[in-house]
Amino acid sequence: MDASSFLQYLFSGLTVGATYGLTGLGFTIIFNTTGLINFAQGEFVMLGGMLAVICQAALGLPLPVSVVLAVLGATLAGALVERLAIRPVRNAPPINLVIITIGISILIRSIVMLLWDKDTHTLPHFSGTQPIMVAGAALMPQSLWILGISSVVLYALRTFFRKSIFGKAMLACSYQRKAAWLVGISVEHMVLLSFMISALVGAVGGVILAPMTMTSFDVGILLGLKGFAACILGGLGNPFGAAAGGLMIGVLESFGAGVISSAYKDAFAFIILLLLLFVRPSGLFGKAEVKRV
Amino acid sequence: MSRNGILSRLAGGSALPVGLFFAAMLCMPYVLPNPYYVSTLTLACINAIIVVGLNLLLGFAGQISLGHAAFYGIAAYATGIATATYGLSMGTGFLIAVGLAAAVALLVGIPTLKLTGHYLAMGTLGFGIIVYIFFNESIELTGGPSGMVGIPRLALFGRELWDDTEYFYVVAAVLSLVLLLSLNLIRSRFGRALMAIHTSEKAAMCIGVDIARYKLFVFVLSAIYAAVAGFLYAHYLGFVAPSSFGFHFSVQLIVMVVVGGMASVWGAVAGAFFLTALPEFLRVFESVETLVYGGLLVLCMMFMPHGLAGGLTALVRKMRRNGQRPTAPEGDSHV
Repeated sequence: MDASSFLQYLFSGLTVGATYGLTGLGFTIIFNTTGLINFAQGEFVMLGGMLAVICQAALGLPLPVSVVLAVLGATLAGALVERLAIRPVRNAPPINLVIITIGISILIRSIVMLLWDKDTHTLPHFSGTQPIMVAGAALMPQSLWILGISSVVLYALRTFFRKSIFGKAMLACSYQRKAAWLVGISVEHMVLLSFMISALVGAVGGVILAPMTMTSFDVGILLGLKGFAACILGGLGNPFGAAAGGLMIGVLESFGAGVISSAYKDAFAFIILLLLLFVRPSGLFGKAEVKRV
Repeated sequence: MSRNGILSRLAGGSALPVGLFFAAMLCMPYVLPNPYYVSTLTLACINAIIVVGLNLLLGFAGQISLGHAAFYGIAAYATGIATATYGLSMGTGFLIAVGLAAAVALLVGIPTLKLTGHYLAMGTLGFGIIVYIFFNESIELTGGPSGMVGIPRLALFGRELWDDTEYFYVVAAVLSLVLLLSLNLIRSRFGRALMAIHTSEKAAMCIGVDIARYKLFVFVLSAIYAAVAGFLYAHYLGFVAPSSFGFHFSVQLIVMVVVGGMASVWGAVAGAFFLTALPEFLRVFESVETLVYGGLLVLCMMFMPHGLAGGLTALVRKMRRNGQRPTAPEGDSHV
């Protein structure tokens, strides 16, 4: 492989990987406050892209407004999911909650399909499609947007969890829910907040990725799964592990597609996931605290 | 266990209801006005075989698999390729189909079932997608997205079962056997161990239940059920395509378990029959089909976590108690 195609694979891998990382972050945030794997996470990512397409194409809103509205819309969806479907049954066994989130993901997907359509849509690039040439490899401006916005989101979340009282309260919930409740933290509010933040982060990922890869009502399944693979790779519960895991999966997928077979592109992430569950379920950066039986 | 013990167990308890069920199934072709319904019922029975197995895993052991369509598909393709492409006998096809599905289940199950939490769900979901991609992409083997044709009709004792009613009887008989096996299984030491795992893994571990082994066993068993169903499906339709074995079908199977009632073998059959027949009535609203599935899944899980059967019993109990306690504790009562 020559240097330029190596760079090319790396660029596209990092670009897609950043959004896997954001999806993975979404999983992590909900998992940390509730101990729940939210199977509807991918749908928040889809909502980000699709709502932006709807605002932009159907309502004729300018791109920046559409992007912001889409992210806000998905955040609202996250809040609704928590209030309507999770909170009423919060004491149900975990398996029931998992099944509920699976049901929610199907619901969101089919609602978007019915209200909008089954077609594949594209969103305009944020700042043109004139590629920047780097040592013979083309770097799309959108890639820079994706990497930049992902870094900003990551940094903002870090600050939020370290500095703000809400962030600290959410961390407290993740350590010990009962103790957090005893010191006066409203665990209910924190769970609601975690769903909203997680939907927001997912939607940001969806909306910045949409110009590069196209979007449709059913992109959420694969994106969600790859986000989860990123989580496991980085160590479930570790937000920065999830982000790093996402980048790695993106890069491996891109090289796998380029070097081995593009038909099996989507399979690589899961092969990595299964292998990882086999050899190191606590992930690359996780403390070895996954319980084995 | 002595041979006598097994025989008396088969004779008592579940033999009667399963016998009645089989008798009812035998009458069905005479009751149903339209031969088309017989084919729907055949598919319902095939689905029920998978769902009974999945219910052992999901309802009894509390482990979720989002990739059971893959085992169903692996078996359907395996027997199809063995018999149609390589001209092997039907028995060989069956052995390859079931053996392959079981081996693959072992491979997926060993790493994921050792972990507590939702690793099996994600592991099986990823696995299901890999298998689906494989069905689509390995065109010279599976025919790719357009599917595989020319799979021979099931032959028993040298006679091909071209008559749909005859085929239905065979499928109903297999389902009855599966029911008998499952009902006896859950009443055994094995079944109690599974329910103990579902109620509390810690407690089960403390009383000496080898959690990982039991979970793995029930996972492989449910994959074998799915494989048997896949074999019957392939030799019934004579045609298989990847779209029948995707994520969508895996979710449909979960909905069948949940709607019928988790941890109830008969509930699984009811769920499979109900949801296989449902699209026949919803034909007009084809596009809302997935919406209905999603809605059923969420509402059932929120308001009737023990399915249709469990929900009705709870309602009756609540009415009888006449508002003495405002909410009936819907705890972890099983069966």
